[in-house]
Amino acid sequence: MSEVKMNTKETQKDPNPILEVNDLYVSYGAVEVIHGISLHVNKGELVSICGVNGAGKSTILKSIAGVLKPKSGTIRFKQKDVTGRKPEQLHKIGMALVPEGREIFPTLTVGENLRIGAYGRYKPKTFAADLEDIFELFPILKERYDQAGGLLSGGEQQMLAIARGLISRPDLLMMDEPSLGLSPTRVDQIFELILALKGRGITILLVEQNAKRALEIADRAYLFSNGRVEYAGCPKDMESSIDIAAVYLGANKGGNGV
Amino acid sequence: MNGKILIEFFINVFSMGSLYALIALGLVFVFGICQLINFAYGEFITVSAYILYFVGTFTNLPWPIVFLIAILVGVAVGYISELVAFRPFRGRSLDALLVTSFAISVILQNMFQIGISPRSKPVPVPAVLAQNVNLFGVTTPLRNIVMIITTIVLLVVLTLIMKYTPLGIAMRGASENFVTARLMGVPANQVISVAFIICGFLAGVVAIFWSCRTGSVEPMMGGTPLNIGFIAVVIGGMYSLPGAVAGGYVYAFISNTLSLVLPTTLLSYRDAIMFIIVITFLLLRPEGLIRGSYQEERVG
Repeated sequence: MSEVKMNTKETQKDPNPILEVNDLYVSYGAVEVIHGISLHVNKGELVSICGVNGAGKSTILKSIAGVLKPKSGTIRFKQKDVTGRKPEQLHKIGMALVPEGREIFPTLTVGENLRIGAYGRYKPKTFAADLEDIFELFPILKERYDQAGGLLSGGEQQMLAIARGLISRPDLLMMDEPSLGLSPTRVDQIFELILALKGRGITILLVEQNAKRALEIADRAYLFSNGRVEYAGCPKDMESSIDIAAVYLGANKGGNGV
Repeated sequence: MNGKILIEFFINVFSMGSLYALIALGLVFVFGICQLINFAYGEFITVSAYILYFVGTFTNLPWPIVFLIAILVGVAVGYISELVAFRPFRGRSLDALLVTSFAISVILQNMFQIGISPRSKPVPVPAVLAQNVNLFGVTTPLRNIVMIITTIVLLVVLTLIMKYTPLGIAMRGASENFVTARLMGVPANQVISVAFIICGFLAGVVAIFWSCRTGSVEPMMGGTPLNIGFIAVVIGGMYSLPGAVAGGYVYAFISNTLSLVLPTTLLSYRDAIMFIIVITFLLLRPEGLIRGSYQEERVG
């Protein structure tokens, strides 16, 4: 971490961050794609991870959510070591990942998609109220309740994917490229929504290629490059303290010696 | 006379089709969840058929109890084989699972051959099922009618479970996108176990009706229903439960039609002609009758 440029004031950790990733290494088969990443998210924060394709952004979310097993390093969630746990176990204790590409269940209705979203944390007493809550945020989902998820438009599918993550009332909501492939108006909507969720006190870890927008709304940000943290700190300082363009173009002035 | 042949034809199509639909469903439940073609399914059926033979021959238990035991053993075989044989290899590769299913199949066949007998054993069946009944002026064994009714009841029950219970919804979700379902808290082990339990349950039911028709059980008998199920599933669509059911009935329809229209000299080529039709069909519509989530990426 010492080589990483960071703004110490802005990266101060709460004594008990909700998520703490420490020196994580992850491989796909024989290919190592994450080379010792550390990051944390405090309760109530909106943290953005930016970086080019292949920087390891999605991989880190998948590792945190339990889809990929890290080679080494630790993941602590709500003060518990959860390294190597299965996705369904992590969902149960309050993690939700809105996966890249939405990944809604196409032949299931909107209602059934939402019901699965709550599967691991389903509470019969509160489910109806949670559903009403979701409809307030996404009125369109109420209209389409009995339609197959695959028949929704791209933007609506993204709404459904986020709603499916929210309905379990997660303690940490992770979103992987929520604005990917959407029209500019829809992109605006999604970012407004993320801000609204933050306003409700939801802790969010956001992965975005749309760095400009992601930095605008973030409390803190990480810039990934080639599976390492290139920069960590205040999003406003990010642009000034580091040549983002260079990182995006792969010139790598961060000093990680790639 | 002509009308009678037609009625007879349809009774045959629906009774055979019902059995084929149940066979196909057992395959699709497992395939849908873990993309595995369970080649041991035929032997699940054989195990239950042997239970019918043993319990039916050596005890005086009433028939419903005998049938229940056969089905429960089918369920147990499905559940246990997943637990001890498939689970350790899951997450490795699909090929490993496929080889495992062949291995279970061969091991069970050899167990029957060595432990019981390589020769076929007569399976006692309740006389009432073989009794002829008159339906629309056509005589047919009662078991055909029972088979149709049983299948309809099972299909309705399975449909209700899959449509309205949380577990059913989770299983449909998991069959479309396994990883995402797990991210929503759907436990992988649970849905896969349930898929194998349903597979074993259907194997038990199929064993009862299959034995009623053939009246015997032998170590290698599982091959034929497996083939039928496989073709039915391929016709109907690998990714869809309704597709499997439709495939079963279509298979019965084609095979009965061929029996009806082929001249006696060509009748022994019925299966060959059947396969040509299936291959042609697949060339034209590789996804089967019902598409389901055909284009979904495989997930191991």
